[in-house]
Amino acid sequence: MIPLSWYLIFSAALFSIGLFGVLARKNVIGMLMGVELMLNAVNINLLAFWSYLYAGVNGLVFVAIVFVAAAAEVAVGLALIISIYRRKRTVVPDEVDGLRG
Amino acid sequence: MTINDLNTILPLVVLAGWSVVVLLADLWIPKDRKGWTAALSAVGLVVVLGLTLARGGTVQKAFFGTVLVDGFALYLDIIFLVGGLAGIALAYDYLKRMELERGEYYPLLLIAISGMMLMTYANDLIIVFLALELLSLPLYIMAGFARFNLQSEEAALKYFLLGSFASGLVLYGVALLFGASGHTDLPGLVNTMRAGTGNQALFLFGAALLLVGFSFKTGIVPFHMWMPDVYQGAPSPATAFMSVGAKAAGFAALMRVFVTVFPSLSDDLTPILWALAAITMVVGNVLAISQKNIKRLLAYSSIAQSGYLLMAFVPYANAEVSSDSIAAMLFYLLAYTLTTFGAWAVIIQMEQQERRGLEVADYAGLGKRHPWLGLAMTIFMLSFTGVPLTLGFWGKFYLFSTAVEGGFVGLALIGLLTSVVSAFYYLRVVVVMYMQPGDPPVKQNRWVNLTALLAAAVVVGLAFIPGSVLDLALQAVLQLQ
Repeated sequence: MIPLSWYLIFSAALFSIGLFGVLARKNVIGMLMGVELMLNAVNINLLAFWSYLYAGVNGLVFVAIVFVAAAAEVAVGLALIISIYRRKRTVVPDEVDGLRG
Repeated sequence: MTINDLNTILPLVVLAGWSVVVLLADLWIPKDRKGWTAALSAVGLVVVLGLTLARGGTVQKAFFGTVLVDGFALYLDIIFLVGGLAGIALAYDYLKRMELERGEYYPLLLIAISGMMLMTYANDLIIVFLALELLSLPLYIMAGFARFNLQSEEAALKYFLLGSFASGLVLYGVALLFGASGHTDLPGLVNTMRAGTGNQALFLFGAALLLVGFSFKTGIVPFHMWMPDVYQGAPSPATAFMSVGAKAAGFAALMRVFVTVFPSLSDDLTPILWALAAITMVVGNVLAISQKNIKRLLAYSSIAQSGYLLMAFVPYANAEVSSDSIAAMLFYLLAYTLTTFGAWAVIIQMEQQERRGLEVADYAGLGKRHPWLGLAMTIFMLSFTGVPLTLGFWGKFYLFSTAVEGGFVGLALIGLLTSVVSAFYYLRVVVVMYMQPGDPPVKQNRWVNLTALLAAAVVVGLAFIPGSVLDLALQAVLQLQ
């Protein structure tokens, strides 16, 4: 059987990739994908803990809630991105820089 | 789920249900009558405020202990609901004037308040996360409410990206805490911490991630980068509401989770909190000096206020001081709420089409042409600085005294020095208002005026009875533990 630590290392790696994506990508869509990777890394983490250590419903309920919250977040995020794209024809935040000071 | 569970969180149920009703009813309200939507929402808030007060602060649990209603929740809920009423009063005329009048604004505000109230009830980290999302998502939309204005959209996008990033960090922290103990509920986590059975490394890492996530929400340096841009870009009433609501909710979560669960991690966390508080006070106040735009000025001021709040939170694990420290923070949050809404009410009356009237220089002559508004703005600036005879003075007084009581004299000294620095930029606004000639165009509206004058009156009035307000806050805290 695959040991728990492998799952944890995998999810930590996935989380780090997501983190890197948010911080380093220039494209908003890429940044959004990074956020989603972070959330899904958390889900893997929760499920691994749930199935190896703590049987119960807590872990499962939490994963379901994270799914829903992530979906709502993407809906708002994509709406904002589309709205900006219509106006500026770009999805690169560095090119949308009206706020300075 | 039983009917008792629903009864325990009745105010929240009514508020969330009402927001949906208003959202639907708004479809049948004609475009030029959006005042009805605002009125409906305000009525809902008043009813919920009544229900909240009627229930009082008796401790009740519901939904298998995931939700806990107590005096702490009562105190903060009153702040959120009154803040919501002020938010509607500020928004109505502004949205009409700026041709943003769309009914969704008010239901979104109600949903955000539901999230904030849920945050105060949270007795389980799952609920903390859910409440965080419920309050953040409407605020992202409200920040971008001026859709045809690129600055507003940019603000919303920045807020959204950093906010969801912060949610991800909080979530990873919760997952690690779950892994360390097998619990997401706060009592279960407390028991595991006390027994010392959990994995300490995971606990510490999880707590640190939670701290970073909440720091984003409350605007603590170095996680504050989004605040000036979002405050400047968002429509002013939305800025006013989020600067109070998001901050108070973030601190509510920080207080509830850290004071109950993590006292035993204080050896590791206290130096971090100390450094964060010190750097936030210094950076917020120093960067505010060079701001010319009043919205950005208040954004940096809001960062600095977070620093003062966090300063009182540093001795959170010291059992003798922690209740005083929480009470001082609750007191300060009240003072901050009143002062902030008042100041934004003045700013909203000064703001003209296409974002004119937002420079500090535009306030020249306000004190002579509109003496009442000038007086109100002076009171708010003095309260932010912490000058005696205002509520802000007592707020800072209690914050500093708990920091000293907890043995952090150096930190209190930094706070005192940065307060002196802050007097420079707050009083500059007053000087411009009274000493420089000018005739600023002011768009008076009775609701906005009422908010400004009422807030000014309360900021001065409550300053004469700070003891009884602090008693209220202390009672709220007694039930927290």
